[in-house]
Amino acid sequence: MLAYVVRRVLYAIPILIGVNLFTFALFFLVNTPDDMARMHLGIKRVTPEAIAKWKEERGYDKPLLFNTGAPMLKEKLTQTIFFEKSLRMFAFDFGRADDGRDIGREIRARMVPSLALALPVFMVGLLIYITFALGFAFFRATYIDFWGVVACVAAMSISSMFYIIGGQYLVSKLWHLVPISGFSGGLDAVRFLLLPAAVGVIAGFGGATRLYRTFFLEEISKDYVRTARAKGLSETAVLFRHVLKNAMIPILTGVVAAIPLLFIGSLVSESFFGIPGLGSYVVDAINSQDFAIVRSMVFLGSVLYIVGLLLTDISYTAVDPRVRLE
Amino acid sequence: MMLLPVVLFTDWLVLLLVVVIALTVWYVRRKEHLRTPWRRVAHSKSGMVGLTVLLVFVVIGLLDSLHFRPQLPNPDPNAKAAYAVEVLSVLDVALDTLRARREKTYSAPLATHLYAKETIELGDGRQAREYPRLKHGGSHLADPEQDFTPDVIQRVLWGAAAGTLAWAVLTALLCALLARRRGADIDTAWSAIWRGETEVPWNAILVTAGVLLVGTAVIVSLGAGYFVFGTDKVGQDVLYQALKSIRTALVIGTLTTLVMLPFAIGFGIMAGYFGGWIDDAIQYVYTTLNSIPGVLLIAAMVLLVQLYIDTHPESYPTSMQRADLRLLFLCFILGVTTWTGLCRLLRGETLKLKELEYIQAALAFGVSHARIIMRHILPNVMHIVLISVVMEFSALVLAEAVLSYVGVGVDPSMNSFGTMINNARLEMAREPMVWWSLAAAFVFMFVLVLAANLFADAVRDAFDPRIRSRALTLERLRQLAAAAGSGRSAERAA
Repeated sequence: MLAYVVRRVLYAIPILIGVNLFTFALFFLVNTPDDMARMHLGIKRVTPEAIAKWKEERGYDKPLLFNTGAPMLKEKLTQTIFFEKSLRMFAFDFGRADDGRDIGREIRARMVPSLALALPVFMVGLLIYITFALGFAFFRATYIDFWGVVACVAAMSISSMFYIIGGQYLVSKLWHLVPISGFSGGLDAVRFLLLPAAVGVIAGFGGATRLYRTFFLEEISKDYVRTARAKGLSETAVLFRHVLKNAMIPILTGVVAAIPLLFIGSLVSESFFGIPGLGSYVVDAINSQDFAIVRSMVFLGSVLYIVGLLLTDISYTAVDPRVRLE
Repeated sequence: MMLLPVVLFTDWLVLLLVVVIALTVWYVRRKEHLRTPWRRVAHSKSGMVGLTVLLVFVVIGLLDSLHFRPQLPNPDPNAKAAYAVEVLSVLDVALDTLRARREKTYSAPLATHLYAKETIELGDGRQAREYPRLKHGGSHLADPEQDFTPDVIQRVLWGAAAGTLAWAVLTALLCALLARRRGADIDTAWSAIWRGETEVPWNAILVTAGVLLVGTAVIVSLGAGYFVFGTDKVGQDVLYQALKSIRTALVIGTLTTLVMLPFAIGFGIMAGYFGGWIDDAIQYVYTTLNSIPGVLLIAAMVLLVQLYIDTHPESYPTSMQRADLRLLFLCFILGVTTWTGLCRLLRGETLKLKELEYIQAALAFGVSHARIIMRHILPNVMHIVLISVVMEFSALVLAEAVLSYVGVGVDPSMNSFGTMINNARLEMAREPMVWWSLAAAFVFMFVLVLAANLFADAVRDAFDPRIRSRALTLERLRQLAAAAGSGRSAERAA
């Protein structure tokens, strides 16, 4: 087991290097720091001195890959944009945003609200989707199943923003049950998180329930289920004791990959509800065109994705003894 | 009037797409084994309902893809013709009345008065703060208080009557056509349709067409005198914006796939077929791209494209072309992030196909790799390509709205559902709420995406060999239940 995990972690390294090189090329080669400076200072009537000053303040005034001006070989390599802006990310040193704040500290602080919203949505959602999917599978070949699936397809076709705006209008504006947006620390946060969490669960309902229903139906069609019925087990016993357990394999391994990405939160919902998490951090960064933040989040996101892949592979072996680590 | 045709980048690609689809249809019609799954699609009720609705959207989108610049009126006939800077489309001409009418600011759907109060000069020289009458909406009414309700009812009735008439003509034509093809009289064709005895579910299609026709006719009839969906902040007709947004949604949903297909198919099949270091390299590329969360990758790339466009303003003569270029880039960027899934599927399928006897036999005969891929592998993975193309469409349409909201979508000057939502959401806090822009965008998007989802499900059910028997119809489910009751295993098929 340990050897397998170590090998998977080693396998992740070239991918992270690839992501790093890719973002470096995207942010510094396709568009040079000069372009960035000009964009921030305004396209027209910008003096070369202003550009140089802007670059110096943010450490973009160094050469990209190789600093010929530095005295030692080590400094020739380290006093470059590539080393300071890209390679340092491997140590989770993200540098400073355009407003001078430390990105790493900001990310750590914003992780908490993001998780406070994403985790309940994830858990409650999973529970509800599985319950409904199992219900539809139980009532298969009836009107309940048919109209359930129709409702799922309709729910899938609605934009997630509609759920958010509709929820804000109905619950906050019309019924005055919870604040429209905002956040506060401690237990008070529940007041602010209730609506976004409910909206998140509802928005994911259609797609997830329909998918899980097919997992259940696939499982129901297998031979061991027929055997269980032939033994005279009741339909409920078959569904809960046999089908549910086995269908959990594709469901769980599918969602495990998403767990690390919960840290990133939801972009749209966080910014609509004014929750100071990582999602709204990204949206704000995009709107203020802060490339340093976007670059850091791209890197962080891929690290989390790779952790998710690793967890998926491990969870396969945990829930399904037939899968062996090779 | 003389015109100067303008073909935008996306217009070229739309044209290419139309040609590709026409060629595919022509090719498929001649091959029985290719026609069979399509026939299954044509026999699916929900699929054909979806297709009927989609066709309406497609026609609107195509009309909106024929661009031109009208000639400016010139008193001197000998002078060189001058063309307007504004780029119009055929749809703009058809909707000329909607496009031209402007109010000052917001007005609710079917309103006769403006949303905001204004200072009005009264007849006796005094001034008052009142809601002014609209310049166009309901301006034909002498006394809006009294005349409004009867006028609206009359217009709705007229519209409904016209729509029903059009529908009756359509139905009669269809009956006549079916009757002629079957060699029966029109009565038989008519009753066959309504009893659901035709193979293609014409009854469902006709009901859908009826709803669409009556709805359109009512909107046209009301739209002649009112703003059916109200006006936005600068007084533009929301209905016009919604109709213009359709093209953007369709372009994103289809062109994204068009630009990513060559990569996904080429790399996917190559990775699966050749294996070895080629497989490793391709897998490495798509795992790396895949590991960057999609939204962040899109955000990063769009920011950079925007930066590029902003720093090179000289390359784009009109704002329309500039917005169009950004749309094209957005399609490319979305393509970069979405091709990996299809690529992985194709790789897996090719791995499986490669081991089959017929390919081994082809290899033994000395058929070249290129020929094996083109003749033996490609046709056998096309169903995967098709399924993922139609499934991807609705996700892309929904994604456009989210991306435009985040600020990395289409150009703010371009009509799209995302920009409509984005502009309207700032007005949520107003009292009374300005809801109509949001409502129009969401309703149009919902209808488009639902239709696409229904059609996509029908296509998947018809083409995916694994779930061919799982098509969702109540009849099918009943059959299965009956089969289960008679002792056979219904679940194998379910």
